[in-house]
This record gives sequence, structure tokens and C-alpha cells, in this order.
Amino acid sequence: MYTYNAALAVVSMTLFGGGVGFAEESASYGFGRPATVVEVQAWDIDIGPTGSGLPPGRGTVPQGAITYAGKCASCHGATGIEGLQTQLIGGQGSLATDHPVKTIGSFWPYATTLYDYIRRAMPWNAPQSLTPDEVYAVVAWLLHQNGIIPADMIIDAQTLPAVKIPNRGGFVSDPRPDVPSR
Amino acid sequence: MSSPDQEKSVHSNRETPEEEHVGRRTWLTSAVSAMGLTAAGLIVPSLLPAAEQHHSDPTRVPGRIPSPYGTRAPGETAQRLTTATHSLTPHQVLHGIITPSALHFECHHNGVPTIDPDQHRLLIHGLVERPLTFSMNEMMRFPSVTRTLFIECSGNSGKEWSGPTGKTVQETHGLMSTSEWTGVPLATVLAEAGIRSETAWVLAEGSDAAAMTRSLPLKDVIKDVLLCYAQNGERLRPEQGHPLRLVIPGWEGNACIKWLRRLKLGTAPFMTREETSRYTDLMPDGTARQFTFVMEAKSVITSPSGGQRIEPGFVEIRGLAWSGRGKIATVEVSTDGGGSWKPAQLQVPILPMCHTRFRFGWWWKGDDVLLQSRCADETGYVQPTRAALVAARGAHSSYHYNAIQTWKIARDGQVTNVHI
Repeated sequence: MYTYNAALAVVSMTLFGGGVGFAEESASYGFGRPATVVEVQAWDIDIGPTGSGLPPGRGTVPQGAITYAGKCASCHGATGIEGLQTQLIGGQGSLATDHPVKTIGSFWPYATTLYDYIRRAMPWNAPQSLTPDEVYAVVAWLLHQNGIIPADMIIDAQTLPAVKIPNRGGFVSDPRPDVPSR
Repeated sequence: MSSPDQEKSVHSNRETPEEEHVGRRTWLTSAVSAMGLTAAGLIVPSLLPAAEQHHSDPTRVPGRIPSPYGTRAPGETAQRLTTATHSLTPHQVLHGIITPSALHFECHHNGVPTIDPDQHRLLIHGLVERPLTFSMNEMMRFPSVTRTLFIECSGNSGKEWSGPTGKTVQETHGLMSTSEWTGVPLATVLAEAGIRSETAWVLAEGSDAAAMTRSLPLKDVIKDVLLCYAQNGERLRPEQGHPLRLVIPGWEGNACIKWLRRLKLGTAPFMTREETSRYTDLMPDGTARQFTFVMEAKSVITSPSGGQRIEPGFVEIRGLAWSGRGKIATVEVSTDGGGSWKPAQLQVPILPMCHTRFRFGWWWKGDDVLLQSRCADETGYVQPTRAALVAARGAHSSYHYNAIQTWKIARDGQVTNVHI
């Protein structure tokens, strides 16, 4: 590891055109202090596609309907279709048409991203205010309304990563430059 | 040439009642206490004919004393055009390549957070030897680097995918700006924590109400990414990520996470909402391109541009060109809708991943004109026509619109946005 880090430090020294001058060369400046486990846990809120980071808790579709109606519907609409903000439901089969509708059901590739995003950024006026059970429940309702899971499915840290949403294979890497010159 | 802003500017410079009022009221105080003039000096104005005592000749009135923090000139009225989520830079009235910090475009995902820089911390964890937390004081102790770089929102000109939408260059191209950025290389700070060899991606997270996150490939960001704390010589503006942000030369703005609080190293992309359902480019076949970070070469004529009106005679055509892949090599200008092209003059120094100012001296004879600029970068990439871009990507990809912009000049001199 030391070798790799030293190499990186050299890269950082040389890449910037001699902008960094050294009286004595060093691979470490000794800045920063060790982060405590508590500090890391407080901010480590991301949920990966494998489900890494999902907390204990569970949610059902009926519970999600109640939370959605109370905390989400005012922006996204009672059914997730007619709101002033992003449409969440429907749009399947529309992506290759002249009127593509990008929703959770038609476009999102990973169900785990729903937990990550709703927990970190929703509701808009009070982000990070939902309990894990509330987030799981809203995720369950959204997946069910999009026809992805049955009405009686329980969503938790084990079931969510296994949910395959339709557009999982819909993303490709960057092929640019892709436009012929002149 | 005149635009609404310029007309206002000329008018205000000639006569600014408020300025004049303040000047008269405070004249004696400032003259005596600050300028240290003698009583004899104070008598001079009263010896002038009555009519001339009310003039605004600045050579006859002591000026204002120095101030701790400057304000812009009276009549300088350029403003960002704001919406609930973003604001646009008024390129039609700017000069050179540096965007004034107060006019740098904004794009937020849930507002501008209020952050105490003394309390702010950057946490580095995940696949590192030593999870570390840094104060801003520590960030600023690292060896520093300064670079002048553009930042362009991937949605800049995005409404033009569906047809000529923006009325002015501020509306069509206002989601980009250039600043001089100062910070510490990301590589330097990551080395402090010790990158484990299996690391391939870095999650960057902001301290805003969206806890905005993007996954970034380590092999790219280790090269030249900066953790910035200063913009145009002073600490970052709140809306530009104060106290700490990523600046990734040439990459789309949303990847340059503002209010940076956390870097987590991992083996794979974290597949956040911003890099799956949001900042991906939908193609006609229904697939979407993901991790399209680079902003390709693009140029636009900022003057004359939409909403302005020109007079027959000499017109200096002015614009900006930039490329996320390096330096601008050439800019050409067409006055006949792309039928013929002539080289524009490029202002040196030409910097990589930075706005380059171009100019083209021209005499307008009062006829119908379709004005365009076209750039090429040092990789040989040539800015495409709208037709070629739409042929390759369709009209629903939302982001990364970099087609040649056409301004139509009518016989009355009025400039409008058209697609040809």
C-alpha cells in the first residue's frame, strides 16, 4: 500500500506543472485525524446495488400507501403520475418513442437506489426525516404501483436487493465521440 | 449595437440621482475628515457660477473614500436569471473569460446550505488504510494548486434539443461559467488516507439537503481533480460549494460535488439516483448512456446574440469556445449559416478545459444574416451541427447538447435564436 500511496503523491506533485515545491519530499503530511466509528456511521448512508448499507427494518405496500399519501403525494400526485414534480409511476414501453416518460418503473435500473435516494433527499421539505420502516414502506408502494412487486410483498434488507426492475439492462457506457466531423 | 442592459447602463452612467445625492450630502464630511482639505480648498466650489454648482463633473467633487469591500459600478446591472433550482450567467454582457463570482451560474438539488466553515469536516473512508477526517484549516495546509477552468452543467443548452427555445445567450448557454479555482489535488488527500489497491470508484457526497452524490472512477479523478476552497481569489461563494467542492476539469458540473463532506472509496459505482435516473442520456433505441462525464467541444457567439440589436457598420463578433478534452485549436465564424467559414482570432493564453475568448471583425451591411461559430479542440474533434447531433442521438437525451448555435440577424438588426 505504501508504494501505491507514494506513487500517487508523486503523481500529484508532477501533474500540476511544478506548482508544488518541496523543501523536503514527503508522501504524508500528517494532516487529518482518524475518523471514529461513530463519525463514519453517522454519515455512511449510501446504499449500494448489492444492498450494502441497508438498515434493519421492513415495510409493506399498505403501510407505504399511508406514508406516501401523507408525505409525498403533495408534490408527486396522489397516484405518482399527476404531480407537479417528477412522475414516479408508469411510462413502461415509452423510452424508445417520441414521448419517453422516465419513471421508477420505466427507467430506474436498481431498486436499492430508491432506498438510498428517498432516505437521503426526501421528502423535499424534510430530508432524512423518514424512519427506516417508512422508507422501506414507501419503496414497497412505489414498486407495487409500478407493477414490479406483488401487493403482499415485504420489503427489507434481504428482499430489496433481489428486486429486479425492468430497465436493469437499459444502460450503456459512454461511446463518445459519436458524431462524425463535418 | 445596443441591448436593453447596455441602454440602461449608458443612461445610468450619465445621471444617477442617488449617487449624486449621496455625493452632495456627504461632500463636506468626507472632504474634511478623509481628504484632509484646507478651508481654502472648500471655498473653491462656492466661487463657481450658480449653474455650475449642480454639475456632476467628477473632477470638481472629491470622490468617495476607500471601502473595505468593493461594489460594482453604478449602472452595471448584469444579473443572473434565476429559477427555483438554477441561475444563468449573462454572457451577453460579459467580457474576457473569467465569470465574476457573483454571476457564476448555479444549479442546486435542494438549495444552498448554510455551513460554518470552522465546523465543516471532510470524511474519507471505505477502502482506505486509515479513515480520516479533515478540518478546513487542514485542507488549506496541503500544497495548493490554482487552475482557471470552466464548469458547464450537462443540461446547458438542453432545452435546444426540442427546438429553438432560449431567447438570449443567457437562456441558451447560461449554465456555464469560468473561474480561477484554488485547492488541493484529490490525489494528495487520498494518499494521506491510503488508497487500498482494489479501489476503482469514489463516492463524493455533498452536505446539502439533497446530500448530493456521484460515483467517480478513481483512474480518472486521481489525475487532475481538485478539492477547491477558493474561487477568483477569495473563499468559495456559498452557492459554489463553500467551504469545499470538487472541481473536475472538463467534466459535467453535477459531478463537481459542492459542499463536499464525504469521500467513500469502493470497488464499483454506487448507482446513486443522480447517475442512474437523472444525469444519463436517453438514446432513440431506449437505452441510456451512463457516466457521460466529459463536456465535448462547444462554442457560442455571445455578441451579437439573441435579444440584442445591431447597427450597420463595424461589428466585433465575440464569443466563447471550450472543450472538456483539452485546449481549443480553432474557432471559425460563418455569416451565411454555415455555407462558408473564416477563422476567428483567439485570445491567448489558450488554456485546457477553460473558456477561450474569440473575436471576429465584421462589417454588417444591413442584410439578412445567419451567424454561427464552430470550434475544434486539440484532439481534432469538431463541434457538430444540430442536424448531425440529432441524427446521432435523437432529441430526447436532455444533456450534453453542444451543437453549433445560429443567431439570425434580421434587416432591422434584431438578433434571434433559430435552428437551421
